[in-house]
Amino acid sequence: MTDDSPLLEIDDLHVSVDGKEIVKGLNLKIKRGEVHAVMGPNASGKSTLANTIMGHPNYRVTQGRLLFKGDDIAELTTDERARRGLFLAFQYPKAIPGVTVVNFLRTALKAVRGADVPVREFRQMLRETMALLKMDDDFARRYINDGFSGGEMKRAEVLQMGILKPEMAVLDETDSGLDIDALRVVSEGINSFMDDQRGMLLITHYQRLLNYVRPHFVHVLYGGRIVKSGGRELAEELEAEGYERIIAEQAEEVAQ
Amino acid sequence: MTERHGVDISADSDAYKWGFRDETKYVYRTERGLSQHVVEEIADIKNEPQWMRDFRLSALEVFQAKPMPAWGPDLSHIRLEDIFYYARASDRVERDWNDVPENIRNTFDRLGVPEAERKFLAGVGAQYDSEVVYHHLREELSKQGVIFLDLDSAVREYPDLVQQYLGTLVPSADNKFSALNSAVWSGGSFVYVPEGVKVDVPLQAYFRINAENIGQFERTLIIAEPGSFVHYIEGCTAPNYSTNSLHAAVVEVIIKKGARVRYSTVQNWSNNVYNLVTKRSAVYEDAVVEWVDGNLGSRVTMKYPAIYLMEPGARGEVLSLSFAGRGQQQDTGAKAVHVAPHTTSIINSKSVSKDGGRASYRGLVKVYPGARNVKASVRCDALLLDADSRSDTYPTMEIAERDVSVSHEASVSRVSEEQLFYLRSRGIPEREATSMIVNGFVEPIVKELPMEYAVELNRLIELQLEGGIG
Repeated sequence: MTDDSPLLEIDDLHVSVDGKEIVKGLNLKIKRGEVHAVMGPNASGKSTLANTIMGHPNYRVTQGRLLFKGDDIAELTTDERARRGLFLAFQYPKAIPGVTVVNFLRTALKAVRGADVPVREFRQMLRETMALLKMDDDFARRYINDGFSGGEMKRAEVLQMGILKPEMAVLDETDSGLDIDALRVVSEGINSFMDDQRGMLLITHYQRLLNYVRPHFVHVLYGGRIVKSGGRELAEELEAEGYERIIAEQAEEVAQ
Repeated sequence: MTERHGVDISADSDAYKWGFRDETKYVYRTERGLSQHVVEEIADIKNEPQWMRDFRLSALEVFQAKPMPAWGPDLSHIRLEDIFYYARASDRVERDWNDVPENIRNTFDRLGVPEAERKFLAGVGAQYDSEVVYHHLREELSKQGVIFLDLDSAVREYPDLVQQYLGTLVPSADNKFSALNSAVWSGGSFVYVPEGVKVDVPLQAYFRINAENIGQFERTLIIAEPGSFVHYIEGCTAPNYSTNSLHAAVVEVIIKKGARVRYSTVQNWSNNVYNLVTKRSAVYEDAVVEWVDGNLGSRVTMKYPAIYLMEPGARGEVLSLSFAGRGQQQDTGAKAVHVAPHTTSIINSKSVSKDGGRASYRGLVKVYPGARNVKASVRCDALLLDADSRSDTYPTMEIAERDVSVSHEASVSRVSEEQLFYLRSRGIPEREATSMIVNGFVEPIVKELPMEYAVELNRLIELQLEGGIG
């Protein structure tokens, strides 16, 4: 496989939740080194897309293909997908009381690497990544997401991404709940993670994250389909004019 | 897609982890069932003084007069008439490990007792069936005047101390099984810590039932003189046998002014054992008791460590953890009785139920009239791993004083699909993700145990989750 082949390829994807179709024929290709943003209004299917890529059991792929590094992963378990290099930064991460951030990270890193991680290496990586995200050392000893503020949760998600170093990261509304300073710090963390060997999919309602993390491509998701794709200027257009015009255009096309 | 994400952590081995059984040759055992003859025979074999013989015989009368308790789990399957109430595998109480008969040593080797001892143990009182065969006390402790013996030896060597305290906290008439224990008790530990002595290494006894149909009725008595400290640990594992077995123990702990006693238990009975234990502590002025109690295995466990706060400034805490698997009922909890003013109790109970297991919290907080400025808090949390499992709480509050602060909180939670999805999205396989959630849930209690026991308890929980036990 050449580096030019897509890292993540979504082909005519249909997804149902509780028997109701939410994603209705979605196409997307992300190559190494590319940052894509998927934007859309509420209920357009954004979170369904994120959860489906990661293999949430409630999301059923009824049609189409989901390829990661050329392999169809639609039938793989969530943990197998993660071990192959996929990552999802959750919009609402779950608390696991009694499990410290440091233990959680060490267990996860061992799982994705398939081997023990030398303690010294792990500690150094943790210290550096936490410093980058301006997190106190105490944070590592807290129980993961237990009593975290919204901002702390999002930082912890990006911290995990920085430690696990997935090839393909999906970030679901990582900007929500962040004040402007936290948004800047988290964005720096995301940017320092990204390189020409990785791919990234930012899922967001607002374009403000995109002021800090510059996408190469922007897609508008509406009604379970990508209705428009473009460069960064599309995000600015959406910011200025809202989703209505693009949605109206789409409605016209369908009518024709 | 749903099927492969469903919680499937059963399967695998049905062999009980420590279900091996060595061939044991009994030097002596009584006939099946309980009678005055059997009790007299036990007293004869032990060559006991008249007061102990009388203690046993009067307890037997109480036992025979009392009905089986009907307020809790079903005990109707216990066949009291089929049980051997006394058995002895070895003739002598040993002090040197090398003198212990080889097959018995093998059992302990497999349990890792000597290794544990090398690491940090001050003394090991290991109960093999009904007689203590191995007993070791480090010289430093002897020099400090600390007594750590099996109770049988203590009756001979320190009769006055034993007679002064035995049965004062748990009288024979307290309940049917304390009466049974009083009638046929054998083995167990006697710990005496003189005034002001702080024992800085835990004292540990390792118990093991090893013969089919042999009940184990050990009895432990701990006396902490003013200003002293001791941490006593009991750990139990049992092999798997086919017919019902009974474990009815009694523990009494007396903690005098300003003293502190921590009593830690990790029990892992095989799934046919009825584990019916009465544990009680009397706590005097400014003294502290801490019960840390981990209950795994057994068919039925009934255990409610009790704290009697007798004088102002007394404090007590119970940390209790239960794991109920298939066919198991863990009926556990705690009692805090505030007799005096300015006393504090904390009860923190956690239970995990799986594969239809049933865990109940049963507790009492009682405040006597005049016991002002009392603080009592009860917290019980249950974690259910599937829809077949069950958790109940039976809290009782008897508060006869206004100036008190009493709180009770209870929660029931399930391992949620969202938690599993979150952990699995980080590459952690489902089984490991589940045990991570369970271990996190019990962490506040496990962290109170010495490292070695914490590790063992976590490992036992993993085995329970795998369905490897029972």
